[in-house]
Amino acid sequence: MVVAELAQYVATGLLVGGVYALMSIGLALIFGVMRVVNFAQGDFMMLGMYLTYFYALAGVDPLLGALLTIPPFFVLGWIVHRGLLARVTGGGDPQRQMDAQLILTPTPRGIRTAYATQAFTVGPILLNEARSYAFAMALVLAAALWLFLTRTDAGRALRAAADDPEAASYQGIDVRAMHGLAFGAGIALVAAAGGLLATYYPIEPSVAVNFIVLMFVAVVLGGLGSIPGAFVGGLVIGLVQSLTLLALPFQLQNTGVFIVFLLVLYLRPQGLFGRRARTV
Amino acid sequence: MPSHARSWLAIAAVVAFGLVLALVLQERYHHRVLTLVFLWAAMGLAWNIISGYAGQISFGHQVFFGIGAYVTVLLVVKLALTPWIGMGIAVAVAVLAALLIGLPTFRLAGIYFGLATLAYPLIFRIVMDWLGYQEVAIPMMRERPAWFMQFSEPRSFDLLALGVLAATLVLSRAIETSRLGYRLRAVKENEQAAEAMGVDAFRAKMAAYVLSAAPAAVVGAVYIHAILFIVTPDAVFGLLVISQTLVVSLVGGIGTLWGPLIGAAIMVPVSEVLDSTVGDRLPGIQGVVYGAALMLIMLGAPEGLYWRVRQAVRARAERRAAPARAVTLPPMDTTPASAPTSTVLLEVRDVWKAFIGLQALSEVSFDVREREILGVIGPNGAGKTTLFNVLNGFLLPDRGTIRFRGETVTGLRPSGLCRRGLGRTFQVVRTFPRLSVLENVMVGAFVGARAVGRARAIAGDALSRVGLGDRADAFPGGLTTLELRLMELARCLATAPRLVLLDEPLAGLSTDGVDVMIAMIRRVRAGGVTVVIIEHTMQALLRLADRLLVLDQGRRLAEGAPAEVTRNPVVVEAYLGKRWLARMGTPAC
Repeated sequence: MVVAELAQYVATGLLVGGVYALMSIGLALIFGVMRVVNFAQGDFMMLGMYLTYFYALAGVDPLLGALLTIPPFFVLGWIVHRGLLARVTGGGDPQRQMDAQLILTPTPRGIRTAYATQAFTVGPILLNEARSYAFAMALVLAAALWLFLTRTDAGRALRAAADDPEAASYQGIDVRAMHGLAFGAGIALVAAAGGLLATYYPIEPSVAVNFIVLMFVAVVLGGLGSIPGAFVGGLVIGLVQSLTLLALPFQLQNTGVFIVFLLVLYLRPQGLFGRRARTV
Repeated sequence: MPSHARSWLAIAAVVAFGLVLALVLQERYHHRVLTLVFLWAAMGLAWNIISGYAGQISFGHQVFFGIGAYVTVLLVVKLALTPWIGMGIAVAVAVLAALLIGLPTFRLAGIYFGLATLAYPLIFRIVMDWLGYQEVAIPMMRERPAWFMQFSEPRSFDLLALGVLAATLVLSRAIETSRLGYRLRAVKENEQAAEAMGVDAFRAKMAAYVLSAAPAAVVGAVYIHAILFIVTPDAVFGLLVISQTLVVSLVGGIGTLWGPLIGAAIMVPVSEVLDSTVGDRLPGIQGVVYGAALMLIMLGAPEGLYWRVRQAVRARAERRAAPARAVTLPPMDTTPASAPTSTVLLEVRDVWKAFIGLQALSEVSFDVREREILGVIGPNGAGKTTLFNVLNGFLLPDRGTIRFRGETVTGLRPSGLCRRGLGRTFQVVRTFPRLSVLENVMVGAFVGARAVGRARAIAGDALSRVGLGDRADAFPGGLTTLELRLMELARCLATAPRLVLLDEPLAGLSTDGVDVMIAMIRRVRAGGVTVVIIEHTMQALLRLADRLLVLDQGRRLAEGAPAEVTRNPVVVEAYLGKRWLARMGTPAC
């Protein structure tokens, strides 16, 4: 009986964690390549949820809808990068990185309030089924990203630009274009994750805040900029959230996550998958 | 940098202007905007102490704002304690929280620190919810409203907020012009160079964190009484508080007390005006306009408005500045001291150091005698710089002991070693780029001097000893390689060291430059300072060193007088390969 209950908590945690993992790899991709912490990632996720909702209103199945958020959000991310971020990023100067983040933070604020009065759920699918489909879809998308990064020339160029922008540019890689690609892909992934989440989670403008924090935690857990790390980090968060319920009341669900987060930061600041460079 | 008197006058002028506004304005709504400007400016200034001066970007500074609000209000609700006293208790709690948060969190550097700080206010938010403090209203105290900070006259809140702002401005200015201020800027610019110059980076950051927590708590307490009246976890620990703080600070410019002031004076009224005009007609649109205005400012002046204006002013002044010139050494003023003594100053015994898969140092033992010049040579990757990093505390040896002036110093931090008289320079010069040459050297001088004036005198003296007296006001970016190396040497000498570790001080210098540097190093020794020097080329060291220590693949290969060492077959083989052994008899150069 106890074992069955525990298994239920673990399963629930992993299913939820799969979607966290997908949204976190988007953030990790952007940080890994651009060295910018995208505080607006949660807002893009929220927009992805709404787009999926609108697709659903038009009769598109939400799981397909989540996939269909990818092209428009890739373009949106690319435009945001070209129009705003490319002007303030590129140098290693932290002040400029801060500026980029400041631009990112308030971007969707106004759009968010335009929907401020509505809150609803999408999908006639039963809860567990929805989570399972979402989980499977998240795995497929993460695998697709992994194949792209490791098996294609563009993916290799992207990783080279992340490792050492200067050396990459000497090899003829257009680092700026790679940043645009990474930002677009990062936004598209989080939007798709939002779409998947929308199949079982209420959509409201304020979801951004709750999830951006979980994404940060996942990315730091896995090691800043590490994509497999962020994926595992997302799964771990789902698990911790779920297992915390065994010991603590519902309101304190996320304290478990933060405690794990702080513990990992203190004990292994480079994260579970990160490498620490030693430069003296 | 503006003179002291001018800055204090400017602060007085700002406060006077605020006072006039508070007295002149009539409408209640205008007073509210004014109060908000003062409070957000003060909050930006508080954040600026840790994130601007010390460079430790904190994304969770609202944790102290929230503590200030909750502690004060709960004391009113539970104990009917006046907020005037409650604020003091709130500050004490915030300071304690800063110590508890900082102690583990400052082990993290850069973005990791920032991300960790995100978590604390979120934890507080959840815990406050759980404790049942989702909404705590300030109870009305009709009998003694002033005693409970419940003014009906909005002007009183203006004055209260202005008082908080004035105190934070004074605190910021005091930090900027103190030893702590210089040390914080050094830590921000280059933490390792600061450590090597005797700055205990951890303690400096902790001091800045505590000093920035206190005003944030006061702002939180006043904000609740002047603006919100009801405290909720979201309102005080939420992300909106930190984003408003970041907005005023980054728009104005960080690392200066004028930045957050300028940012608040512009952005707070803009947002309020938008709320009451377009926001009335099209709810939500004010956020879009505000965001767009913010983006325009950040694209036009990414470094912040204050720095933008200052840069423009300085560019005009620099057109009149004098061009660079050659370094000439001032005449010798010290009589040459005697040759090396037999006293052992530094004793290295059986030191081992491994990195993952690489044994960088094995079984290294040697002595450094007082007033000698010991050259450390060896091929690339021999472990020379690793040896220096172990000697000055950047790396902990896996095994072995190091004794300096008779005291075991293994495991001390670089700053501790520096204060005990062990200075160093770096293979690639490490400057504090945004500090002037004089200020760079002052960071070293603070090891022996508490007062800024005294440090300035020591630094000026050290600069003229290396012949850079007239470059004091330049910035490192405008210096030649030789001048940079000399500046780093002066910074090291300003710490009044007994022994200096020089890591390839001749690298990248022209022939003339090498001559100047060699003469300079001889002078350093003549002044009674012992020198250990790493060099790649044997030729230069043969002119300079009393003794040589040869490292190869992390092991001590040979040690002794230069002529002796260069004839040692083992050394020749390590340097030049076996074939050269056949041509033995000529010194290898």
